[in-house]
Amino acid sequence: MAEYLVDIKNERLSFFTPAGEVKALNDVSIQLKEGEVLGIVGESGSGKSVTAYSLMGLTAHPGKLLGGELHFNGHQIEKMTDKEMRKIRGNEISIIFQDPMTSLNPVYTIGNQITEVIKLHTDKDSKQAKARAKELLELVGINEPDKRLKQYPHELSGGMRQRVMIAIALACEPKLLIADEPTTALDVTIQAQILELMMELKDKLGMAIIMITHDLGVVASMCERIAVMYAGRIVEYGTTDDIFYHPKHQYTKGLIRSIPRLDTKEHERLIPIEGTPVDLLNPPEGCPFAPRCDAAMKICLREMPPVSAFGDVHYTQCWLNQKEEFEKGASHE
Amino acid sequence: MAKYIVKRILLAIVTIWAVATLTFFLMNLVPGGPFLSEKAISPQAQAALEAKYGLDKPMFQRYLNYVTSAAHGDFGDSLKQRGRTVMSIITMKFPVSARVGGLSVLVSLTLGIPLGCIAALKRGKVTDSVISVVATCGIAVPSFVICTVMMYFFGVKLGVLPTMGLETAKHYIMPVTALSFYPTAYIMRLMRSSMLDVLGQDYMRTARAKGLAGGKILFKHALRNAILPVVTYVGPMLAYTITGSFVVEKIFVIPGLGGEFIKAINGRDYTLIMGTTIFLATLVIVMNVIVDIIYKIVDPRIKLK
Amino acid sequence: MKENPLSFQLKLKPEDFLPATEEEKQSQVIMRESVGFWKDGFRRLRKNKVAMVSLVVIILVMIFSFIVPSFYPYTYKEQIKGANNLAPMEYSQEEQARIDAGESVFPHIFGTDKMGRDYAIRVMMGSRISLLVGLIATAIILVIGSAYGSIAAFFGGTVDLVMMRIVDIIYTIPDILLIVLLSFTLKVPLTTLGESVPGFHWVNIVGENLISIFIVFALLYWVGMARMVRSQVLMLKESEYVTAARALGVGNGRIIKKHLLTNCIGTLIVTTTLQIPSSIFTESFLSFLGLGVAVPLPSLGSLASDAVNGMQTYPYLLFIPALLISLIILSFNLFGDGLRDAFDPKLKN
Repeated sequence: MAEYLVDIKNERLSFFTPAGEVKALNDVSIQLKEGEVLGIVGESGSGKSVTAYSLMGLTAHPGKLLGGELHFNGHQIEKMTDKEMRKIRGNEISIIFQDPMTSLNPVYTIGNQITEVIKLHTDKDSKQAKARAKELLELVGINEPDKRLKQYPHELSGGMRQRVMIAIALACEPKLLIADEPTTALDVTIQAQILELMMELKDKLGMAIIMITHDLGVVASMCERIAVMYAGRIVEYGTTDDIFYHPKHQYTKGLIRSIPRLDTKEHERLIPIEGTPVDLLNPPEGCPFAPRCDAAMKICLREMPPVSAFGDVHYTQCWLNQKEEFEKGASHE
Repeated sequence: MAKYIVKRILLAIVTIWAVATLTFFLMNLVPGGPFLSEKAISPQAQAALEAKYGLDKPMFQRYLNYVTSAAHGDFGDSLKQRGRTVMSIITMKFPVSARVGGLSVLVSLTLGIPLGCIAALKRGKVTDSVISVVATCGIAVPSFVICTVMMYFFGVKLGVLPTMGLETAKHYIMPVTALSFYPTAYIMRLMRSSMLDVLGQDYMRTARAKGLAGGKILFKHALRNAILPVVTYVGPMLAYTITGSFVVEKIFVIPGLGGEFIKAINGRDYTLIMGTTIFLATLVIVMNVIVDIIYKIVDPRIKLK
Repeated sequence: MKENPLSFQLKLKPEDFLPATEEEKQSQVIMRESVGFWKDGFRRLRKNKVAMVSLVVIILVMIFSFIVPSFYPYTYKEQIKGANNLAPMEYSQEEQARIDAGESVFPHIFGTDKMGRDYAIRVMMGSRISLLVGLIATAIILVIGSAYGSIAAFFGGTVDLVMMRIVDIIYTIPDILLIVLLSFTLKVPLTTLGESVPGFHWVNIVGENLISIFIVFALLYWVGMARMVRSQVLMLKESEYVTAARALGVGNGRIIKKHLLTNCIGTLIVTTTLQIPSSIFTESFLSFLGLGVAVPLPSLGSLASDAVNGMQTYPYLLFIPALLISLIILSFNLFGDGLRDAFDPKLKN
């Protein structure tokens, strides 16, 4: 397993709410090598964040891991105690959250919140930790670091706060950085700056990144691999080129059709994906996307499609691909 | 900061003046007077008494006199307790009430804050239900019920606790328990709901993602944010509690300021009523300023205006 | 990822690959019933056992205090000869004689007080008075408080500042002082009103003190409600959907009706429900201090107060009203909590 930094195999996770079991993750598998960037794309509730949080052992309250293996850097996450997990969090795996406005504790200074994580995971004393914090602020492009260290979160702008969050995440030079929609809450110009900063730091520090987003534009520019999630499943997985130029799943195709492009003609309209996401309390028997799929067939509504692979790293779960195989097989007979 | 304090002091003076004025005129407009109930005295003696205390002068004149001397720190003599100044009565009775009240505030904080936190952390579990039910019962039972029921069982039936006075430490047990019942329950509920609110905040997730241990997350990141509503409540509550509860002082025969105030009202001891009201108002205002300053220290987002 | 997906466990037929019809697709979509705010809230409220039990208790107490006394064989004023200080279920000698003679005599379930009045009916009347005070006082507080609060919030600026300063001052004056002073002040005019003006005779029966209590509530206790409503309106005034409505050209009246009121009303109902026990609490406290209802009318507080002196010999005279008042306040509080859990959108999860 050493060849992968992250190797999640057949993860199943449910939230046990008063209304019933919500199957948030069904057979999710993800691999990621050191220094690689993986994008996880999908709409709200598709299980992107849940996958990432479970890797950090941060599954929220009624959620329970039901099966699968989660390997990270030689650790087997699902078997670790909370105490062992705490040594990894913030140290080997870090995370940046969506909303920088609420992710920092309002009653402590920036300096306090950065040095806290440094002192927790390293032997540095207060003075060294402060020096490191200053260095980190410079690294993430914040000017006047000495002044900023003494300021409170409410005195900083949104983009600035997200830089601080990145500084906290990078404090212990993690092997893996999870970015959970890091730019959704920011202005467009700031978005580009933050993404650029993340790529720059990745090259400098050599960490792997899992980029969670619903913005295909973001993953196209940053990621080597992309996992497309729908209703708690990875419906398609492949390199960025595979996903953008040879999409095999109807949902992926729909997503790509719905992004505006420079060469879109004036009279052409963007094509939205009709319908609403599935209710994970009562998931359909067959392919979860079938009710919204233009090309749905009878089998789609009845059975979950098996995995079809295209080369080493590109695979998908869609009956349309099985149809070709089936027809080929049928003609042979 | 200095500007803020000056502003608050000026505002406090205006508020106290308004309270004093309102009380003065209300009190004097009400029919009756301090010496009417003393049936034994003759009309001449009554007139003499009224002249002695300046009650024969027109109301507005008396108001001006009172405000002038009060501004100089002279709150006059008690009309009913001959030969004693209002100040001396307050300084004698207040410490008694303050000891009982202060102790009960201490009890309610040391019980209420941890229990409220525990309930929030064990949300939905049996512990939470038990604490919440106890807290709801606590705010539902009026203090006179608690006092009398305790008095009956511990004082009369079992005879283990003294029922009146404040001579020994044992004497404090029942009044302090009775007084701390409501605030303890209230703080528990307040703490539980604000803790639940804080636990759902994004920065708590950040703290967990940093790899901090549960205790550190709770004490450093959650408690400081969650305690703010309790601070707001405790300030004025402390002021009211240390000036004495009428019910508790009446039932347990405690010579405190609360009972004295009721006596003064019923006997129309104008000067004592005024003195006590001003004293209480000042205490409440001072507590509010202290709360504001603590608030500013705990939460840097707050600007003192 | 070397998996052979085509190791068929499953027999596929060519017709499986025919396009699915729209109906077939739709049959897979299980739409959860979308429920409105009120319906959703009531559904949650019904599921809350504690709140439902409290509601039943409240209704039972109401039946016992408003309906049962009309059928009860004794009245709260009636002093039964020779029946002083009977223990619960005990009969006086005279009554015993009548029973021996074959007559049926309604038992004194809670005994009688020292004046020979049936205690059960006195407790029922007492809780009627306590509930009435609670409900009427709350209505007064609701009207004054929400009007004051929303005016302050709506006009803002100096108006708001002055109005809130007045609230602060009222907050600072000890309420007990105002209550005593008011009841003294109002005694004479109210008595004259009751005696001389036709149609106001009820004033004497209800008692000047009780009327004073209402007036004190009207003058004092609305401040909490006013603050709550003010902050609610201020918050809503600045909320984005009101700005959005304004940007769409929606008029002031419609904004107040559609957005402010509907969003406020949940909080208002909850606060009102929680104000009822607090009003009952205050009334019982005042009655206990002897500032409440006029004799012979009982309230739960005055019943408890009267019983304190005889506590050693007749403890049940104290415990029955004390327990009942606690039960009433508790049920209103628990029901109010249930309402808040059901209707506060912020607590949905």
